[in-house]
Amino acid sequence: METKNMMIVGVGGQGTLLASKLLGRLLLGKGFDVKVSEVHGMSQRGGSVVTYVRWGEKVYSPIVDKGQADVILSFELLEAARWTEYLKKGGKIITNTQQVNPMPVITGAAAYPENLAEKIKGLGIDLDAIDALKLAEEAGSSKAVNIVLMGRLSKWFDFTETEWMDALEKSVPPKFLELNKKAFALGRDC
Amino acid sequence: MRTLLLGNEAVARGLYEAGCTFVSSYPGTPSTEITEAAAKYPEIYAEWAPNEKVAMEAAFGASLAGHRSFCGMKHVGLNVAADPLFTIAYTGVNGGMIIAVADDAGMHSSQNEQDSRHYARAAKLPMLEPADSAEALEFTKLAYELSEEFDTPVMMKMCTRISHSQSVVETGEREEHAPKPYEKNGAKYIMMPGNAKRRHPIVEERLRKIAEWAEHASVNRIEPGKDYKMGIITSSTSYQYVKEACGDTYPVLKLGMVWPLPEKKIRDFAGSVELLVVVEELDSFIEDYCRSLGLALTGESNFPVIDELSPNKVAYELTRTYPVGVKLEEDIPARPPVMCAGCPHRGLFYTLKKNNLTVLGDIGCYTLGAVAPLGAMDSTICMGASISGLHGFNKASGGESEGKSVAVIGDSTFMHSGVTGLINTAYNESNSTVIILDNSITGMTGHQQNPTTGFNLKGDPCAKIDLESLCRAIGIRRVRVVDPYDLAECDAAVKEELAAAEPSVIISRRPCALLKYVKHPGPISADADKCVGCKSCMKIGCPAISVTGGKAVIDSTLCTGCGVCTQLCKFDALGGKKEA
Repeated sequence: METKNMMIVGVGGQGTLLASKLLGRLLLGKGFDVKVSEVHGMSQRGGSVVTYVRWGEKVYSPIVDKGQADVILSFELLEAARWTEYLKKGGKIITNTQQVNPMPVITGAAAYPENLAEKIKGLGIDLDAIDALKLAEEAGSSKAVNIVLMGRLSKWFDFTETEWMDALEKSVPPKFLELNKKAFALGRDC
Repeated sequence: MRTLLLGNEAVARGLYEAGCTFVSSYPGTPSTEITEAAAKYPEIYAEWAPNEKVAMEAAFGASLAGHRSFCGMKHVGLNVAADPLFTIAYTGVNGGMIIAVADDAGMHSSQNEQDSRHYARAAKLPMLEPADSAEALEFTKLAYELSEEFDTPVMMKMCTRISHSQSVVETGEREEHAPKPYEKNGAKYIMMPGNAKRRHPIVEERLRKIAEWAEHASVNRIEPGKDYKMGIITSSTSYQYVKEACGDTYPVLKLGMVWPLPEKKIRDFAGSVELLVVVEELDSFIEDYCRSLGLALTGESNFPVIDELSPNKVAYELTRTYPVGVKLEEDIPARPPVMCAGCPHRGLFYTLKKNNLTVLGDIGCYTLGAVAPLGAMDSTICMGASISGLHGFNKASGGESEGKSVAVIGDSTFMHSGVTGLINTAYNESNSTVIILDNSITGMTGHQQNPTTGFNLKGDPCAKIDLESLCRAIGIRRVRVVDPYDLAECDAAVKEELAAAEPSVIISRRPCALLKYVKHPGPISADADKCVGCKSCMKIGCPAISVTGGKAVIDSTLCTGCGVCTQLCKFDALGGKKEA
């Protein structure tokens, strides 16, 4: 098969690393060659962060470049807009509609663009936008945004629900498992 | 077992499997996780040293004692450790010794973009460079064999994309290596001129022998191609981008050892292709070597010496094609990193900004104090440069700058190399005001312990350096502690110490807001009826505060309730607990 490319984008501190860890584990279990490229250090401090996940028979580059991503999972709306150029023609963006103001917007030096979801769709991009924060709160914690989005993403893959649940169990602490299962289901079925 | 490991974790696994017993490092992105992962193996003694020079010397000591040892650091850390590096190259080792250095092309988390391969050539040491996690594990084990066979420290060059990418590895079992007996040997280990003169020819001969080994080593492999119009010499991530772009169309000489280079292998490879291309990140290191051999290359290199390479950059240079996507034609505001909500550095930097001071900065999270709206920083060079820089600034300018300038440095950075600058301040008597931002952890690299925290790398309680006593012992008489959440206290302390006629140290003490043990009061709320929209609270650049519709709004998912903004509001609009 052709190597598949995915990007997980968001704001430092939103829990993007857990999502890539879960996916990496799942893909490895399916026998794929997998590479997951992360960001550590300074950019984690509330900055724009990106994780690359690639899988296939043989994966070379650890990172994804412009025009290559089959799917982009975005934890924040502005970040979805920032990375559209990385999407392959016919690719899909799954995004949280939550808005987190970057410092230039907070200080008034820049404005948060309006109607971003419509504008992204206007590029001919297949955009699936959900309010993951609301669903996470519904599941019991605003911190479960990443799991809600994983649930949404799961529809894009061919894996069975059992396979996802196994990966989830191995990636989150047991005491939060029920909450995360609920968050996953809400994301998948909303 | 088949598993996914970060490049850094794979190096640690290699250390474990090769029977390494001693690790000493200083954290630095992107190298930190090697040592953190190594510390999880009970068979390995692992520690955070106060700086890279100490770490390398400690690792050398362990090697001298006959043990397989390791030290790891980022590229700029190798500058700090360059002194022992060049001389342990002369002494060689007893137990095998590995020095890992992780470069940061693209400067994701660094102050410069230096290419550490130059150090291997300058110190005349072998350098291995893995291209993924499997090679990181394999090369680590190989490095110990080479180290002991050729009596040399071996360098391992990592980079951000190898260190911080997970890829598939097959792990093996640990092989114990009994420590070699230590035998006194002054001619080998005492590098006074007479002995060093006799060691230098040995070093040159050793390098020649390793180069001969490199001619036949499987780590330098030729991958055949279908079309010999072009042949590519490459290594590390550049190799991955070449394979991504060209598959097996062109033959590739993939170098796993980037110093010394295999002259004959390179000549033979060049002779088998019509056009020779070198694809490498940052400096033209391999390319310059090829040119020195008189090999014809593509003319002027098209690969930039600036920034990291990417799949598309390499694809364009090699094939003139690459994929494109659609850009949203819209002003997308940048999202630079910021000080976290509740960060204890914020109140202190607000004080510096308010007093319009010249601030000589240092390396750590608090470098973000340079960013608007705080913008309270004038220089950032390297670890420790704030204190020594301020000394020179004040000595040169005299009374003109003494009352208007400060140095800011974190607790871990102060231990690393700030303390020597403070000794200079005391010894040579500059009237400097030094602020130690003590957040009780090494923050930027992800919460590592350091000599001021009272815990070691393994998390066990240990000796704790008392900063106040240390500063006084150096000879600073004016040492005081402030709470950076208390703006009035900070302002008074800064004004008083700047006015004093002798050097002073202000310790701004409060633990990092992200530490798990830190309990926060919880989010406050903004009272829209009281808020007049004056935006005073916006001066501290807190990501939890924004102004919407002319009124301050608190993001309760971010706010910790630190209370710094509350002190700025003259209208009592910030402070009530968030309503349930």
